[in-house]
Amino acid sequence: MSVANRPVHRPLSPHLQIYRPQLTSMLSILHRATGIALAVGALYLAVWVMCAAASPRAYATFQSFNTSIVGRLVLGGWLFSGFYHLCNGIRHLFWDAGYGFELKDAYRSGWIVVAVSLVATALSWIVGLRLIY
Amino acid sequence: MDDRRTPLARARGLGSARDGVHHWWVQRLTAIALIPLVVWFAVSLVMLSGADYAVVRAWIGSPLVIVLLILTIGIGLHHGQLGMQVVWEDYTNGALRVAMIVLTKFLAALFGLGAIVAILRIGLGG
Repeated sequence: MSVANRPVHRPLSPHLQIYRPQLTSMLSILHRATGIALAVGALYLAVWVMCAAASPRAYATFQSFNTSIVGRLVLGGWLFSGFYHLCNGIRHLFWDAGYGFELKDAYRSGWIVVAVSLVATALSWIVGLRLIY
Repeated sequence: MDDRRTPLARARGLGSARDGVHHWWVQRLTAIALIPLVVWFAVSLVMLSGADYAVVRAWIGSPLVIVLLILTIGIGLHHGQLGMQVVWEDYTNGALRVAMIVLTKFLAALFGLGAIVAILRIGLGG
């Protein structure tokens, strides 16, 4: 049998329909999802300062979306994305440095990331809404 | 060690472009820089809740904010385009992959430069 015809036995990836999700894998996916959201949010941030530089009218148009219900939900989502990606990013930096790889530690740091990002988001909303109203 | 590549891949002999370590390192470097910047920016944004046009412009135009805001948006966009490159590399192939990576990098440069000019215009009263 020639080299080209020889079958290659590669490992199979987990089968998605019967794959039981764990905290660690879900947080990993959430890190990428929030990262994508923040990449788009960074462009939106650039539009914000460009509108502020352009004219009061341009800024008012920009703000009319932000202050709508949909706008507030999107901004709130970005806020959570920012806190989550920040906290989980620090978790990743510890892994890069070689710390926290034990399963027990990975789960504990995972729950800490979830708690801190939720609390930071809630606090920001409370303070922000109190300043507005 | 087992060679798990397909026969075709083995025949082609294609391997790493050897810029992966630099990509990895810059992604970490920008991540570390963004930790204090993002905390500062998040607190500032919350404190600006309900602020009108004049207040926002006065905030953007103050000397310290000019520097920190340019760093936040610039490093943030750089970190973002590095991450998006990996996302395109994971989920797309061929011409689409190249096109999306090029588009991502062009958008980051365009919006980044636009933001810097806008911030300087506000700060320098142009």
